[in-house]
Amino acid sequence: MNDTADSTLKNTLPQRQFLSIAMENLLELIIRLSGISAIIFVLAIFFFVFREALPIFFSDHFDLAKFLFNTQWYPTSEVNVRYGTFALTFGSISVTFLAMIIAVPFGLGSAIFISEFCGPKMKESLKIIIELLAAIPSVVWGFIGLTVMSRIIVSLTGAPVGVNLLNGGLILALMSVPIIVSISEDALKAVPDSYREAALALGATKWQIIYRVLLPSAKNGLLAAVLLGIGRAVGETMAVLMATGHAVQIPHGPLDSVRTLTANIAAELGEASAGSDHYHVLFLTGILLFIITFAVNLTADLVIRGIRRK
Amino acid sequence: MTDPIDPVTRFTKTDFVVRKERIQSVSKILFSLMVISMIIPLLAIIAYLFYHALPSLSWEFLVEVPKKGMSEGGIWPAFVGTLYLVLISLAIAAPIGVFAAIYLNEYARDNWFNRIINLAVINLAGVPSIVHALFGLGAFVYAAQFGYSIISASLTLAIMTLPVIIASTREALASVPMTFREACWNVGATRWQTIRAIVLPNSISGILTGIILQVSRAAGETAPIMFTGAVFYKAVSRGDLFPYQLNEQCMALSMHLYTVATQVPNVKESLPYATAVVLLCSVLFVNAGAIALRVWLRNHKKW
Amino acid sequence: MQTHRSTHLCHSIMLSALMIAVTGILFLAGCQKGDEQQAKSEVTTIQLKGSDTLVNVAQAWAEAYKKVAPTVDVEVSGGGSGVGIAALVKGTIDIASASRNIKPQEMETAKRNTGKDTKDFTVGYDALAVYVHKDNPLNEISIDQLAAIFAEGGTVTKWSQMGVTIPGVSDDEIVRISRQSSSGTYEFFREHVLNKQDFKLGSRDMNGSKEVVELISNTKTAIGYSGMGYATPSVKMLCISPKPGEPACPPTIENTLTKKYALARSLHLYTLGDPEGAVKQYIDWILSVPGQKILEENGYVPADVAKPAN
Repeated sequence: MNDTADSTLKNTLPQRQFLSIAMENLLELIIRLSGISAIIFVLAIFFFVFREALPIFFSDHFDLAKFLFNTQWYPTSEVNVRYGTFALTFGSISVTFLAMIIAVPFGLGSAIFISEFCGPKMKESLKIIIELLAAIPSVVWGFIGLTVMSRIIVSLTGAPVGVNLLNGGLILALMSVPIIVSISEDALKAVPDSYREAALALGATKWQIIYRVLLPSAKNGLLAAVLLGIGRAVGETMAVLMATGHAVQIPHGPLDSVRTLTANIAAELGEASAGSDHYHVLFLTGILLFIITFAVNLTADLVIRGIRRK
Repeated sequence: MTDPIDPVTRFTKTDFVVRKERIQSVSKILFSLMVISMIIPLLAIIAYLFYHALPSLSWEFLVEVPKKGMSEGGIWPAFVGTLYLVLISLAIAAPIGVFAAIYLNEYARDNWFNRIINLAVINLAGVPSIVHALFGLGAFVYAAQFGYSIISASLTLAIMTLPVIIASTREALASVPMTFREACWNVGATRWQTIRAIVLPNSISGILTGIILQVSRAAGETAPIMFTGAVFYKAVSRGDLFPYQLNEQCMALSMHLYTVATQVPNVKESLPYATAVVLLCSVLFVNAGAIALRVWLRNHKKW
Repeated sequence: MQTHRSTHLCHSIMLSALMIAVTGILFLAGCQKGDEQQAKSEVTTIQLKGSDTLVNVAQAWAEAYKKVAPTVDVEVSGGGSGVGIAALVKGTIDIASASRNIKPQEMETAKRNTGKDTKDFTVGYDALAVYVHKDNPLNEISIDQLAAIFAEGGTVTKWSQMGVTIPGVSDDEIVRISRQSSSGTYEFFREHVLNKQDFKLGSRDMNGSKEVVELISNTKTAIGYSGMGYATPSVKMLCISPKPGEPACPPTIENTLTKKYALARSLHLYTLGDPEGAVKQYIDWILSVPGQKILEENGYVPADVAKPAN
């Protein structure tokens, strides 16, 4: 019975050309392949960077504990080669930390202003400005740090050198504010209006609504925004290369120069001849960075996913 | 007796209301100050860049080649090099990105495998640009034997900017209402036919926005091309549109800004500023285009 | 109506896809055309890579040579002397530029890899100048003092230890400005001033000679080193005495040629085997009067062209 019904149905349906079916299958195959391309690329990045880093583990001069926790970075020394990246890691952390101290309050404040105090027109234009802010290339930021910001810092603080931790922190703060604003604005938008209305009905002030209602209920989204801002700041290269002064040391204050992991790779990769220990160790630094940003992004993603599930 | 509330005091604010309004306005001022203090310095900085760039900015500056040890002249080879890198990386990233987004939005079910894909996209977007540079160097320059070339640099840029296209294309696809697809399936169309006839036409502007954003991102990147195919200097004729071959290295605007700002001695004062302004303007111009397209799209939405 | 609209839109998307494809093809065709055109006129590309000290001269040569021989394109990359030589011994470039002599093991590698000997062309001389801010009262310094400032374990960290007070500055700390490791300049300084010992960490390691001079001109308490060609009016070159008590001499052209100046060095181009064809013509041109004039305009000392450079 079923068979006959099927065959009659088949006969009444217009037959599709074999070619078009084949084309469609081919296209779907391409689509599926492209779909998994992101995984392939992430794995490829890890694989190729790790492949170039691997030989360093067999080098006599290398010791993983020293690599992570020693502050001595002498990759080309003729008497005593030392690959300690702790000062660089610390540089990355301190610049990021400083940037976040500036960017988080301003980013969250701006997001709150945009989502709670603005009319629709104003909101739209502010969001466009934020988006344009996010589009400024990092090398232009670096140039701003090198020329404009360093002069301002020297004249305001009397620091001997204008390219320092503070400069890098300010530049990174300006760079990561847009991402913090746009993600926290999304998080605030996701708080149901009924919450606000309930608070208003109880006679709460705007300040109370923000402080007691919005921030607690959007806290995961805001946390994710901050994490993504951190991810952006840790991974930033050109701007910190040009703005932080590039000195291997543990900074004693915001006016000291530092060097970050990213800037170190950018400055030395062009100079390390392929196949040398120095070259391999730079790739290992890349792996370190990859792992740090991977962890930060993963956490942010889990936090955001947590909100969605809720 | 009949009206216990005095008509005068009836509309007078109580202390509570006064305090509440004061808090309201104070908090509004506080938050608007935060926005202002972020935007004003930025505008000031950009104005400063423009002010210093003015003496050099002209059409000549764009089409002329660098002269006198790059301390004078224009930026033509760098500008055209950036065009090369951007167009080739676009040609690679756009199809893969759009197809990947179609897969994620139209085909993928919500299972662990596709969650991993999502995670991979997010992480690809989060990989620092210098790690992309390491990857490009290891994979394309050495392993694939492309050498330092436009091809290596464009491939690196393409992979780096892929998440931009995937994310915005997905958003565009997701904004097409499910009912459209269901209607199409119900008349017997296959999945791909539905995508081609219904989903893509209704989301094309959103997809284009994503592609434009990729262009702006690719044009501004420095680190990934510095070690894969951008060169300090290459002799090129003035206004030559095809000065490079794909297996050669090229100059690039972002890299050029870095070199004139840090390496070249006795540069004319306004030259690095002008280079920065040209780079900034091209990127912002392209971005503004994407925004305009998006606004237009929203105003012409049919549903 | 809707179907019409969507077929219409479908066409428009196909059209735009087509447009992208056509642009791509046109673009590639254009490159192809470029290929053909170039093939017709037989353009030769010479790849030159290496020393950051020489990169600006090399650029100026390439720029001028385009007018002498329009069919020869010269690609110039920096990266450092070590990188240039490493690329040369691998056989991937035509000419390596270096601000140091090639090492014996590098010559062996070249022989092993390519079966050819490296050929050395001395194209000029440079004096590595030690720069301070123009307001710094210091006029001369000995090599030992420099080592005490820059070397690891060196004791001099304040200007007062040198008996110098810089007018108008409260901060006494010496701001050391160095180059990133493995630039030829860095290695030369390490070999001739620090006696192969390592640098003290915490110096600001700039990526270009120009950045060094620029930072010194903005920093009254700074000291740094760079090629003499980078001097500007706002910095001062110190006279250098080889040993304390011996007469100090300034980095001038004569002192460089007679090697009276302690930090004089020769600038080299290296090729694999005897250069032929375009490369030979290019190097001959560099060693001829116009090429040497460009070198001189860039602030270096021309090689003695009468003597065959070898």
